This record gives sequence, structure tokens and C-alpha cells, in this order.
Amino acid sequence: MYDGGKITAGLVIFLILITFPFWYNRGKASTTPERPYPKDQKACVEATNYMKASHMQLLNNWRDNVVRVANRIYTNKNGKTFKMSLTDTCLDCHTSKADFCDKCHNYLGVLPYCWDCHLTEKGKT
Amino acid sequence: MLEKPLFGSKKYYGWMTALIALIGVGVICFLYQLYVGLGTTGMSRDVSWGIYIAQLIFLVGVAASAVMVVLPYYLHNYKEFGRITILGEFLAVSAILMCMLFVFVDLGRPFRLLNIFLYPTLNSIMFWDVMVLNGYLLLNIVIGWITLSAERKGIRPPRWIKPLIYLSIPWAISIHTVTAFLFAGLPGRGYWLTAIMAPRFLASAFAGGPALLIILSLIIRRFTKFDPGTKAIQMLARIVTYAAIVNVFFFFLEVFTVFYSQIPEHMDHFKYLFFGLEGHGILRPYMWASMSLAFVAILLLILQQVRHNERLLGLACVMIFISIWIDKGLGIISGGFVPNPMHQVTEYSPTVPELFITLGVYAIGFTVLTVLYKIAVAVKEEVRA
Amino acid sequence: MESSRRKFLKIAGLSVLGVGAKPVLDSLVQAGEPTYATDQEALEGTHWAMVVDMKKCRDDCRDCITACHRGHNVPEINNAKHEIKWIWNEDFKHAFPTQEHEHLAERLERQPFMVLCNHCDNPPCVRVCPTQATFKRKEDGVVMMDFHRCIGCRFCMAACPYGSRSFNWFNPRNYLDDTNPDFPTRAKGVVEKCNFCAERLAIGKIPLCVEACKEKALVFGDLDDPNSEVRKILRERFSIRRKPGLGTGPNIFYVI
Repeated sequence: MYDGGKITAGLVIFLILITFPFWYNRGKASTTPERPYPKDQKACVEATNYMKASHMQLLNNWRDNVVRVANRIYTNKNGKTFKMSLTDTCLDCHTSKADFCDKCHNYLGVLPYCWDCHLTEKGKT
Repeated sequence: MLEKPLFGSKKYYGWMTALIALIGVGVICFLYQLYVGLGTTGMSRDVSWGIYIAQLIFLVGVAASAVMVVLPYYLHNYKEFGRITILGEFLAVSAILMCMLFVFVDLGRPFRLLNIFLYPTLNSIMFWDVMVLNGYLLLNIVIGWITLSAERKGIRPPRWIKPLIYLSIPWAISIHTVTAFLFAGLPGRGYWLTAIMAPRFLASAFAGGPALLIILSLIIRRFTKFDPGTKAIQMLARIVTYAAIVNVFFFFLEVFTVFYSQIPEHMDHFKYLFFGLEGHGILRPYMWASMSLAFVAILLLILQQVRHNERLLGLACVMIFISIWIDKGLGIISGGFVPNPMHQVTEYSPTVPELFITLGVYAIGFTVLTVLYKIAVAVKEEVRA
Repeated sequence: MESSRRKFLKIAGLSVLGVGAKPVLDSLVQAGEPTYATDQEALEGTHWAMVVDMKKCRDDCRDCITACHRGHNVPEINNAKHEIKWIWNEDFKHAFPTQEHEHLAERLERQPFMVLCNHCDNPPCVRVCPTQATFKRKEDGVVMMDFHRCIGCRFCMAACPYGSRSFNWFNPRNYLDDTNPDFPTRAKGVVEKCNFCAERLAIGKIPLCVEACKEKALVFGDLDDPNSEVRKILRERFSIRRKPGLGTGPNIFYVI
């Protein structure tokens, strides 16, 4: 084998680098963040499990309906109606974006750009 | 063949290092632009496209001009172009790559680029431009690579490549036509609203592209053992001469229509470029330089003795190249946006970060071009030896 | 024998399917799919338009501009190159560049004209957009921007013959002191323009600029409704539009 030593050394370095996250975090178990669910509300616009898994699709549908079709009112599977609005409807119950949205998004490393434009607090950018 | 670019002379390594350094500077400037916004450029509300899109137009022309070697070689069996066809095809590859990068760096939200494919919009010329550019890139990579590998092995290229080569000929015309349509179909922009936009683009492409190819051939002949062939270069010189004349002729057709009709909305853009408007005329010296260079170069090229003298031929080609770069790389965009549709004059000049990003994209293009030419030349040297 | 067995199997299979499918179908009907609808309050119109009565418009008044730009979080950027404008003032000679002449009525020469997006019948910006981020609403003719989808190619800015489109060259929030939380800001890198207050039409309100105009110089209404106020004014008064020769079909009319 030509340059056997170099190749082996290279492979070892490669393996160490690629497994670095495992070495670095060994023994530490991360916990899913606790999110404060609104106390005075019984149900979200859809079932909690559906919202956990698919709130992004729901928000996309809302967004396209509001912006592109001029629809404003959402009627869920149980016949209850809501105004399709991130800042009005969602944030009315989930009052703290930092506690509710950011905690989980940060944990999962996703960076939705909703808040680049939509405002969370009155009078503040 | 892929290992060829790894080895070369000191000069080669120096050239590549310089290019990579330029790319680095360009990338840093691009990250800055990404972070701050396109306000880092000289573009404005009124001149909303600048040097990036101008380079796109110019380089689409360079890419389309590959057809000027492919067509005589494959359709008219002009054997002398056999050796440089690959140079034309690889030049097209790097030019198209630069075109795409220029579109990318020009976007306000570059990471949403895929929206063009997610929501295909047939009525948008931008959609078609992206389509034809991608297609042309693919065609030239496949054709160039397959024919070169076959040449290296000393066998005939596979038969299925022929239809692709024939397809690449009209495709080359289409990329520049579609690029012209980006501009020629907009109401309220008198400078661009002209049916002769696409022919003008093609004429300038067929002058500028082959001129660049002559320059590159002369450089290759000087620095490598591969000779693209005197006859091929002379034929290219003739193509450059005709195309340059046609290009100037088309320009005068525009000038006649615009100034004889005396319609201000069409005239004022020409006035701005060549004489200045309301006290603004930043491009005046450039436009006159472009005109003068074109005229002198055409005079030189018409003379057979000059054309046969490769030093003078190289000089004339450089002049043509600069002339067309000014016309397409500066004049077309600024001329179209100034004055704006409300007849106000806002001038444009690129900023330093903008220029470095532009240089960076060119450096990427030249890196790819050098690598591809290195491969092509190495194979040609190998085959001859 | 052969055929009767086959028949039996067929019938059995179908009935099993029928019995089995019924609860599934029932549950589907019971739960229902979510539906989307317009607000009952929403203004009804199929072809929104505006008349600007320049005889009523006051030279020194900026009420409509202020109301619009506040309501839509339009940043105030003091650099003509990077300005963002939804509705703004323009001299007659710039608003109507082909119709100006030396002996124009003094009033017109002096008077600032209100200009905004024309919500064209045949909008060039919509034609050129490669992602349908700009589109014309079939329902009411409003030319809309979907800021979520815009890639910032600025083709629409080159296409619009009225200069009605602005680009966010920087993060607009850096230029906003006060914001209206009911309307989003924009992010850097997208194009924006007047949306005919689509967000207000949807809840039964007229555009902010019209509401803000104390002189009643701005009138908003449905061109398809012969009894609308805009139709009444257009019937009675002479009106002009910006660059009618381009075939864009502007829906902003000026009474001069």
C-alpha cells in the first residue's frame, strides 16, 4: 500500500472529527424544554398532538389563505371558528413568544423567519 | 482527467492562488452584503439592477458565442475548429456558471431561490432564463466532457452525443434571446423596448465571445505546448470582424429610429448615456470610449495585414472585448433605468463591496475556466505526444 | 357451479366492504375537514378603484401619507435612493411625464399629486414575477405582494412603469420607531408596495388613506357597481390616468 501510514492517520483524524459531538456530549442527556401552556384555555385551534406535529403546515395554510385568497376565518374540524392571525389568535393565548415558541425552536435548532416581520409586542420592534 | 489541474508550473500555482484569494475577498464581501442587505451596493429605488445583472447579460453573450465554433465545426465540417471547439464549450461552461452566480448575488433573499422551481411561472421571462441557462450549462458540460474523453482514448465520441451537439446550437441562440426578452418586453422603459434587442445582444456576443476566445488561444499558445491553430484563429478573427460590424450597424439602426422619431421617452436614455441629462452623465466617457474602441478595432480588423499579425489581432480583440463589456456591462442597465419612468434622473455607480463581489464571481469563473482548460490542454498535449 | 361461487364471493366482498366502510365514512363526515372563509364583515367588491380629486386635495396636507405609512409600518428613510413609498407626492410633470407642457395651469404645476400603486387591470409586475409573489387577486382585482415568497429579484421594479415598487435595501426595522402591531413589518431583501389596504377590506374597512383624507379628495369603490361613488364621479367629471398608452389599465383615476 502506498503511503499507508498517511492514509491511516488521515482516517483516524477523520473518525475523531466526525464522532466529536458524541465525545463532547457524553454522559449528558438533554431534556426537552418545558413550555408554559395557557392555563385559562382548554383547547388550541386543533388537537394538541396535531398542533405539536403540524403547526407549521397549519400556519402555512393560514398564511396562504389570508394573503393570497383573502380568507380570514378558519373553521376547525369541530366547527369552531377562529381568525387566522399569528399575532392575534396564536399570541392571544401563547402570550410569550420567548417562552413558548423560542424555547422549543432553539432546542431543535430551527429558525423560522416569522418574527422578522410579525410583531410580538405592542409598539416594539 | 480530473487529476490534471493538480499539477502545473509555478506560474500556474501563482495564478490559482491569486484567483482563490480574490474569491475569498468576494465571499467576505458577499457575507457582508447578506448581513446588511443590498443597500451595500450602489443600486437604488430607481436603478434597481446594477453591475451584477449587467455582468449576467455580458456573460450570457460569452456563453452563447460558443456556437460560433461549434456550428462551423459540426454543421459545416470546418475541421480547423476541431482543436478549439472544446475551448469554446468550456468557456461557455464557466460563463454560464458566472451568470448563475451573478443572479444569486443579486437576489434580496438568495436562499429562497428555489421558489422559482417551486412555483414555476410560465409568463415570467426570469423563469425561462433560469431554465435555458441551466439547460445550456448541462449540455456544454456533457458535450465537452464526452468528446474530450473520447479524444483522449483515441476513439470516436459515442453516437448519442451528436443530437445533443445539434441541440446546443439553437439553444445557444435561445439563451441570449431569452436574456434580451428580460428587458425588451417591459413597458415604460424606452431604452429596452425595442425588437432589435435580441439581435443586438447576439451580434455583440458573436463579436465579444470569439474575441475573448482568440485572446485565450493566444495565451494558451504562449504558455503551453498546445497550438489551437493559426487557421482557426484567423477564421475566428473574421467572425469577430463581421459580428463587430453588424453590432455597430444595429446600434445605428437604434439611433436612427429613436432620433428620427424624436420620441422623448426613447431618446432621453441615449442622451443620458452619450451627452448627459439634467447635468448627470457619469457614463459619458465610457460610452464614447466604447464607441471609439469599436470603430478603431473594426478598422484594424478589416485590414488583412493587421489580422494576420497576431500581436495586432490580439490588441484589436482586446479593444472589441472592452468596447462590448462597457456597452453591455455598464450601458444597457444604467441606460435603461436612467431616466426613470417618471423622468427623474438618479445615477448609479457600484460600491467597493459590490465591485469585490463582482470580481469574486469572475475569479470563480476563471478558476473553473483555468481548471477546465488545464484538463483540455493536458489531454491535447498527451494525444499529440 | 364455477360461476355461482364467483358471484357469491363478489357479493360477499362488496357487502363486507360496505359494512366496513360505513363507520369510516361516517367519522369523516362527523369530523369534517377544516374550512376557510372570508370574514362576513368584508367589503364586497369585484373591481376596486380609486378616484383622486385634485381640486379638493390640499398642497400642504400629508394626512393620507402619514396614515398609510404608519398603519403599514413603512419605514421613513431619508435617502431618496433607499426610500420606501406606498403613497407619495409627485409633481404633475413626473406623475404624467408625457402630458406636461410649458403652459400648464399654474395650479397643476404647483400642486403635488398623490401617487400610489395603480392596481392595474393588466399589471406588468405580475407578468414578470418568477414566483407569483406578486399576483392579481381574481376576486377583487387588488395587486398583492406575498412577502413570504418574494426572492428579491426586483424584476417587478423594472417592469412597473409608475415607480410604485420599493425594495428593502436594509432591514426596515432599523428605521421604525413606532410600529403598528396589527400589521407586519417587512424583512430586508423583499419588494413592497401599496396593497390597497387588503387587510382592511377583509374586515369591512376602507383604505387608510381614504379614511384619513379630511377633504374627501380620495374616493374608493367598486368599478363594477354602477351605483358606486367612483362610478358616479367618473360619469360626471373628466378624469385622467397615468400612462394610459401602455395598456396597463390603471385603476387610480385623477380628476384635475
